[in-house]
Amino acid sequence: MHKINLPVHAIAHARAGDKGDVSNISLIAYLDNGWDTIYKLATKDKVFDIFKHMGASKVERYELPSLKALNFVIQNALGGGVNSSLRLDRHGKTLSSHLLHELVLPISKDMIPSNSPYHLKFKD
Amino acid sequence: MEKKVYIGCGAGFSGDRFDASIPIVREFKNINGPKYLMFEVLAERTLAIAQQFRLQNSEKGYSPFLDNYISPILSDCLENNIKIISNIGAANPLGAAKRILEIAKKQNITPPKIGVVIGDDLLEYMSDNEILNSPTMEGLDFSNNNITAANVYLGAQPIADALSKDVDLVIVGRTVDSALALGPLIHEYQWKKNDLDLLGAGTICGHLLECGAQVTGAYFADPGFKDVPNLANVGFPIVEFNEDGSFVVTKPKSTGGLVSKATVTEQLLYETHDPSNYLVPDVTADMSSLSLEDDGENRVYVRGGKGKKSPDKLKATICCDNGFMGEAEISYAGPNALARAKLAGEVISERIQILGLQGQIRVEIIGAGSVHFSMDETSSYQLPEDGDYRVRTSAIYPKKYQAQQMVDEVMSLYCCGPAAGGGGRGYVTAQSSTASILVDRDIVNPNVKVKIL
Repeated sequence: MHKINLPVHAIAHARAGDKGDVSNISLIAYLDNGWDTIYKLATKDKVFDIFKHMGASKVERYELPSLKALNFVIQNALGGGVNSSLRLDRHGKTLSSHLLHELVLPISKDMIPSNSPYHLKFKD
Repeated sequence: MEKKVYIGCGAGFSGDRFDASIPIVREFKNINGPKYLMFEVLAERTLAIAQQFRLQNSEKGYSPFLDNYISPILSDCLENNIKIISNIGAANPLGAAKRILEIAKKQNITPPKIGVVIGDDLLEYMSDNEILNSPTMEGLDFSNNNITAANVYLGAQPIADALSKDVDLVIVGRTVDSALALGPLIHEYQWKKNDLDLLGAGTICGHLLECGAQVTGAYFADPGFKDVPNLANVGFPIVEFNEDGSFVVTKPKSTGGLVSKATVTEQLLYETHDPSNYLVPDVTADMSSLSLEDDGENRVYVRGGKGKKSPDKLKATICCDNGFMGEAEISYAGPNALARAKLAGEVISERIQILGLQGQIRVEIIGAGSVHFSMDETSSYQLPEDGDYRVRTSAIYPKKYQAQQMVDEVMSLYCCGPAAGGGGRGYVTAQSSTASILVDRDIVNPNVKVKIL
């Protein structure tokens, strides 16, 4: 099936949490074939590159296949954490949106939920 | 017959909606069986602030929102045998219990029997030196700062012990959030310390409840992509727990929000690191074999929670004074606004140097991806030169006047900055930094006690 490069937002959702200077971001596929794609292609190296400019020093990736979910644990990504950070978003609550925007993957129509506006990105 | 236990969560953080528990209480009136209403209102920072209140007045130091959460539902809970479990005690659980008795008196209802868990305050039995010399898990070096609070995370057992004394409410201070649900489950099912899978399942249940509506469709809506009906009236969660460790997550009838496998999965991983090793004082919970199934409208059936041996040591959070943060903002809009905003940021940075203020200053441009990039970094968004941009600067200094100087510099842009800056605002706030240490159970356990009021 024809694939085009789209933000992972087309096939997955995410939520960020904080503990000290560590951010964790879940990445949860809507559909089974979306899970196959994030499982293969949402690597910890790619996630590290996305958060490097924020000071990320290390990324761990945990897998929960039965829930179609990955969990990324990113060290030192929060500018010192909620009590020390100079950032507007001291918790890093918005980092989930950053991951969904910056992680771009080859995506086919059948990975996208049927009611999603992302179907309009395909010309056929 | 199999025994079900019902647990609702009426607040997920200090300042959460005060009226959120009312629909849960309404729903519980029609349910027979053990019913619990938990309020989780104690974040890491909240306790340091509460300690300051207690130092100023020894009767205070409990949650400043206690009256707001407890007053509307106290009499209904007592009448319908709904037990309230909360860390609303903050830095003074006994003071909180006394305040609840005052509320009962004011409302002309029979005084409830309250169990109070004390012993989380390390400053009562460890010296500053002992605390400072404990191994640090995370957080900054705090050895040069004044300790303002030091509290160990207690587990669910003291809550279960309090419930065995047939109390109407259990008030705690620093306790791991999920224990507000696990405590009642240990009590109702008489779980033992080696019932690890059940303790794990109960912890996962508590973890899903502890942030209130974050599991029932709040913090989830992404219009067009992930829609949530009637978000303004989102219902807070109720769990129906089964003896075998499985449970259903749902919400009160006639409320907004959404309970789906997607909302439950997002909350499951919220603030979770390794899902196979979720550490709390009572157990190491394991989410790796968890399965979720739809069980009708706004009902998700969760099973497969497991548990392993509890961690050897307990985690404690230490709060220290950490200077003052200045934050200030000013807007630029219209033609060439981005360039004027950037110039304003550069002027501030240069002025801070001229004034000799040491330390890092952060400049962000709101409208240009400010929460993901500082002004000096290349935003991944396409930014129009004309637009509506707001410069935000922030810095932390040891002294309050230094933070104020930085704020004053932003305000001076009214007359000294680029063309047409407006809407300047500035704030100086005291800062408290935190670190986590590990403490031996042998030091903590003899000090943990349940008092009955």
